[in-house]
Amino acid sequence: MPLTPSQLILQNGARFEGLSPAWQKQIFEGEVVFTTGMTGYVESLTDPSYKGQIITFTYPLIGNYGVPAPKTWESTKIHASGVVVSEACVHWSHSDGQNSLLEWLKAQKVPIITGVDTRALTKILRETGVMLGAIAPVKSNVKKFHDPNVNNLVAQVSITKPTVHESQMKKSLPRTDTRSGSGARVVVVDCGMKANILRELKKYPLTLKQVPFDYDYSNENFDAIFISNGPGDPAMCKRTIAILKKALEHQKPIFGICLGLQLMTLAAGGKTYKLPYGHRGQNQPCMETKTGQCFVTSQNHGFAADAKSLPAGWKVSFTNLNDGSVEGIEHKTNPYFAVQFHPEAAPGPTDMDWLFEKFYQSILSS
Amino acid sequence: MTNTKKIKKVLILGSGGLRIGQAGEFDYSGSQAIKALKQEGIKTVLINPNIATVQTDAGLADTVYLQPLNIETVTRIIAKEKPDGILLGFGGQTALNLGLKLDSRGVLKKYGVAVLGTPVSAIRITEDRELFKKSLEKIGVKSARSFAVSTVKDALIAGEKIGYPLMIRSGYSLGGLGSGRIDSAEQLKDRATESLHGAPQVLIEEYLGGWKEIEYEMVRDAGDNTIAVCNMENFDPMGIHTGESIVVAPSQTLNNEEYHRLRAIAIKTIKHLGIIGECNIQYALHPDTGDYRVIEVNARLSRSSALASKATGYPLAFVAAKLALGKKLSEIKNSVTKTTTAFFEPALDYLVVKIPRWDLNKFRSPVREIGSEMKSVGEVMAIGHSFPEALQKATRMLNIGVSGITDYPEEILNLRAELSCPTDRRLFALAQFFAEGKTVASAHELTKIDEWFLHHIYDIVQKAHELKKQSLTSALILSAKKLGFADKTIAKIKITTEAKIRAFRLKNNIKPFIKQIDTLSGEFPAETNYLYTTYHASVSDIAPSPVKPIIVLGSGPYCIGSSVEFDWCAVNTARTLRALNQPTVIINSNPETVSTDYDESDRLYFEELTLERIADIADFEKSAGLIVSVGGQIPNNLAIPLENAGYPILGTSPASIDRAEDREKFSSLLNQLNIDQPEWQRVTDIHSAKIFARQIEYPVLIRPSYVLSGAAMNVVYTENELAEYLEKAAVVSSEFPVVMSKFILNAKELELDGVAQNGKIIIEAIAEHIENAGIHSGDATIVLPPQRLYLETIRQTKNIGRAIVKALHITGPFNIQFIAKENSVKVIECNLRASRSFPFASKVTGHNFIDIATRAMLGVIKNENYETLELDHVGVKTPQFSYQRLKGSDPVAHVEMASTGEVACIGDNFLEAFYASWLATEQSVAGKRVMISIGGENKVKLLEPIRELEKQGWEIYATVHTHDFLTRNGVAANFIYKVSDGHEPNVATLIANKGVDLIVNIPRGLSPTTQTDGYLIRRLAVDHHIPLLSNLQTAGLLLRCLTELDTKKMPVKSWNEFIY
Ligand SMILES: Nc1ncnc2c1ncn2[C@@H]1O[C@H](COP(=O)(O)OP(=O)(O)O)[C@@H](O)[C@H]1O
Ligand SMILES: Nc1ncnc2c1ncn2[C@@H]1O[C@H](COP(=O)(O)OP(=O)(O)O)[C@@H](O)[C@H]1O
Ligand SMILES: [Mg+2]
Ligand SMILES: [Mg+2]
Repeated sequence: MPLTPSQLILQNGARFEGLSPAWQKQIFEGEVVFTTGMTGYVESLTDPSYKGQIITFTYPLIGNYGVPAPKTWESTKIHASGVVVSEACVHWSHSDGQNSLLEWLKAQKVPIITGVDTRALTKILRETGVMLGAIAPVKSNVKKFHDPNVNNLVAQVSITKPTVHESQMKKSLPRTDTRSGSGARVVVVDCGMKANILRELKKYPLTLKQVPFDYDYSNENFDAIFISNGPGDPAMCKRTIAILKKALEHQKPIFGICLGLQLMTLAAGGKTYKLPYGHRGQNQPCMETKTGQCFVTSQNHGFAADAKSLPAGWKVSFTNLNDGSVEGIEHKTNPYFAVQFHPEAAPGPTDMDWLFEKFYQSILSS
Repeated sequence: MTNTKKIKKVLILGSGGLRIGQAGEFDYSGSQAIKALKQEGIKTVLINPNIATVQTDAGLADTVYLQPLNIETVTRIIAKEKPDGILLGFGGQTALNLGLKLDSRGVLKKYGVAVLGTPVSAIRITEDRELFKKSLEKIGVKSARSFAVSTVKDALIAGEKIGYPLMIRSGYSLGGLGSGRIDSAEQLKDRATESLHGAPQVLIEEYLGGWKEIEYEMVRDAGDNTIAVCNMENFDPMGIHTGESIVVAPSQTLNNEEYHRLRAIAIKTIKHLGIIGECNIQYALHPDTGDYRVIEVNARLSRSSALASKATGYPLAFVAAKLALGKKLSEIKNSVTKTTTAFFEPALDYLVVKIPRWDLNKFRSPVREIGSEMKSVGEVMAIGHSFPEALQKATRMLNIGVSGITDYPEEILNLRAELSCPTDRRLFALAQFFAEGKTVASAHELTKIDEWFLHHIYDIVQKAHELKKQSLTSALILSAKKLGFADKTIAKIKITTEAKIRAFRLKNNIKPFIKQIDTLSGEFPAETNYLYTTYHASVSDIAPSPVKPIIVLGSGPYCIGSSVEFDWCAVNTARTLRALNQPTVIINSNPETVSTDYDESDRLYFEELTLERIADIADFEKSAGLIVSVGGQIPNNLAIPLENAGYPILGTSPASIDRAEDREKFSSLLNQLNIDQPEWQRVTDIHSAKIFARQIEYPVLIRPSYVLSGAAMNVVYTENELAEYLEKAAVVSSEFPVVMSKFILNAKELELDGVAQNGKIIIEAIAEHIENAGIHSGDATIVLPPQRLYLETIRQTKNIGRAIVKALHITGPFNIQFIAKENSVKVIECNLRASRSFPFASKVTGHNFIDIATRAMLGVIKNENYETLELDHVGVKTPQFSYQRLKGSDPVAHVEMASTGEVACIGDNFLEAFYASWLATEQSVAGKRVMISIGGENKVKLLEPIRELEKQGWEIYATVHTHDFLTRNGVAANFIYKVSDGHEPNVATLIANKGVDLIVNIPRGLSPTTQTDGYLIRRLAVDHHIPLLSNLQTAGLLLRCLTELDTKKMPVKSWNEFIY
């Protein structure tokens, strides 16, 4: 694919020269963030949580193993609004690959800029915080950047009507399960959910009702609630929070991931805030408060729960070893818990997949 | 778990002499372990006879034993020192195996020594391939289908079940010793026989050649917190040892699912095994199906962990030592960021390429092919932002006369064969293959190397072509630089000079940028001083040092002749500089070193030791001066080019270096000074060679400037040999002249190591070789202070030294080599740099020669008198050979160096020191049966010691002439046939049946011999792990040790006890 000179413009005026495919004739805007994962670009790009963001990959070689069939993606399309790399691999090689990164991006109309000193860019983002920016043709200029976060991004990536997934029973039932396979009903609130969460949940004998972010399930008959990850500022999801508030009265198990944690915090009466440059990568160390046990986790979030704001009855269950931020919350008496990282991995380490088991067990015992 | 709270004193086992498969990486791991323990206030006792290591320096371990790493010695040291704990994971396979023995013999229990870190039971499982497999089965982790066998018969039965080709592997070893692809039952029989001599058990398993080979470096603490610090992918797929493979970190062709699936299996496996500390796990991964097999787990620090440590900046050995004490990862600081903890997985924003360094042509009759057994002697690591950039950098780091993959100096014939049966130069063969217009697909077909790698090599070759066809523009140069092209390569292609390309480049502002390694891809601010350069950038991470620094050039890769001793020199130089408050920069390219630990300098550039890159760094840092005299030959050779390019060189002037290095100039200097030297001449054709040889009389020593095959230097005894050698093995022409010297027979060789300032000697030490001249000084057994030299010889040596030092106006380290015969002393060479024996001289005399040299170069020497001759003890340095690894090589030392390492011991007297030092090369005589064959008139010289053996009840076997001779002299010996006689009992069967405990085989001369009976005996000895004595002088001494020493009573004294 022929590449022509282009640029990355940041809100603070900084510019990086690079190269882009010739088809990218206009200006593409987004919030510029960075992720430090060394593999998993397909999973990241199709993760709806990246909606509205231009992803900078700090690992310099991206696209090495091409792009596999859609069934392994995290959603049906690329959600990121742009890609910044040092080098996009042309001669990818993998038996599962079907397409090159550049062809894929072109087919999905997602812009890329290559040849960028991504380390220099990352350091700017680290020092000044994430910024708006644009991938643009040379000589072009952006007068006013549009902040994607002023829109309800969740609304753009959530589903439109509920779908029911019957239990797949991939896991044989533990002996403690008296309802053997009857399938507890779990409301799965899709705020832009990654496909792997669904894959993980489907390993249990559960009936999953996947619902839109603003769907009111509070009067329905359900045994548990799951709240997914999703893009943007949690405060934008007013409906979701309001519904969740009602659900919190039922004392049925609730499990939230990422945005799900932030929404739970807000529904419980706590506060969230924007991290200076977020956590995006696959090497985020977390400690479980109760045990002191440490885990390497996969993360992708710009907002976080404020530990001090947590109302009575709630406690911090995981903290980030690097900056002490909240990585998990838990209700002291009710079976409500949520984590800021991604136990479903994809991309990233799978060390925390036991949390799905924990969720399942809490359904069984409630 | 042991109660680590009570641990006050810890014993650390080192790894001994450097050899193939176990090199300098264990100096790095041991040193870090000592630093970690010291930080916790724990007393450390180190046993390691490798005197050239940093870990045996004063100021690291509290007590250092330069003693053999064998069970008897170590047991006695444990009894004496009474340590509370022992670390087994920091001294390679040597320490691990020794630890297992100490445990099984009950020594540890008897003295109450706790094994810290991974428990012995877990080590046993990982080392016993059969137990290992069973253990993995329990948790549903796959390993290759295999059978563990301990007899040849069972091996053959297993072979039938598995089918051919199959893989044979042995336990309790490293570097793939005894492993290989087996294509037939006959081959299996031979190999199994051989392997079972060295190991109790072999594994017969399915052959996984062509699968991807992947490694993970894992860390787990006693609280069951586990991380994967780094993963690595082999460019060369399964079938080629990771130590023989080009390796990249992180993996490049694994997708997220594969990366994390293998990572998860690793965590599961090491939890199950109960590893505490560091380990690595190796996988085979099927390129199409994604199926996997676990190949092995090494429950210790390893070559790969040193590489991973340097690749990521994560101090694996340091952390592992802390974990062994029971600390948790989250309680240890990330020493790079200083704000985060050691519980995290490094994210790299660069990639790393390692290439092994082979030296195959230094060994007589070597096989060039590489496979599952290690043959490489060192490695280099290059850091870059693209694979081609790092790959080409790495080729330059190798110091094999290439400046990229496209300029290998020879045309490789039969490329297809070279690709499918890999040799040490497959990378270059690939480039030539593509230059011929061949495709990536056909290269993949032949090599099974992943196309991802091949495409990049193809791109480099295309760029070389483009450079040739197009005129140079700034854009073209920049694109070439991003692919890792050197100015030198571009200059060669454009038929101009490196200097012109550099000037053009600088004019166009094309310079590399400097980036930091911070373990977190920039996510957190880090005060890291660990640096590399790249052209894929737009700004540098750092500003030049605030005060102009001094740059110390390191040694580059380990190879024959340049080993850990030069790392020791570089590290000690940096330490002195920093002690003198001099900002210090180190440049080095070798991941197996201590000098590349980022706490050893103010700034560490993990970079090429080439004129171009050193100039880049010196320009950026505005260096106050470069030290080229402590890193061995690579920096030494750069002195003149660097000076010509205008960079300040500290110490002796490059003009003097040239006068010493250039044979003609040095010779005329010696003449001027009235110093004797062996007669020599440069000849350019066979005819004049013959004439000169007749004139000086045979034997003559030949040094060709261009070698076709085999060793470069040689001694010839007749005109026929001379002609044959110059026709078959070397080129003689006006372009490639040959230097011929009179070879002086039956002479002693000695060395003078010293430091001078402004032409005046500050300290000097004279050492004596045990072997007569004709054994390379790197292969000789060396005694300090000299024990058997005439005072007259010593006086002459000193006078000559003084004259040369003055004439060359030396400032800094130097080494002069002499030949002495009947009180006439001749000079054979002079190096104006630190020599191999500097650490030896320093540790035996107790005066740090490098510290003094560094002060001399800075002009801040103390006025002291150093005693180096009248010592109350004696040090003996013994070479460590790796002949076992080099199938077919003739295990006899000669004029060309072949040893891969060395050890040294200190004793109260000469014989004790000599014997300890011999034992320290991991040899021992198990019983009283010796087989003797001695060439020519040398027989007489060993008669007395042999007679003594007989008296003490030794059983003696001798081949025909030796037998005759012994019988005539009244020594009873069993007659044994040579193999060529075709009768029984012959030497081969005797050796194969382990019917002897020691073999004395002294060849007649020094010219290479293969296919003779003597060669066969020597080779059989090595292949069957029977100690071999092939030099007359050392054999005589060792036989004396066997009859005169009461080894049980030999004292075990620490180095500290001798020196202070
Ligand atoms: N079953 C096999 N088939 C093909 N190659 C193998 C097999 N097992 C091991 N190898 C190769 O042999 C090398 C050495 O084996 P390994 O068990 O790692 O020995 P060591 O412990 O000495 O490192 C490996 O790096 C790999 O390339
Ligand atoms: N004229 C000579 N007579 C006998 N032995 C010699 C002579 N010259 C060199 N040697 C032997 O060869 C070895 C290597 O020679 P040297 O010139 O030191 O080579 P290098 O430069 O590789 O160190 C010496 O250590 C010595 O044992
Ligand atoms: Mg191995
Ligand atoms: Mg020499």
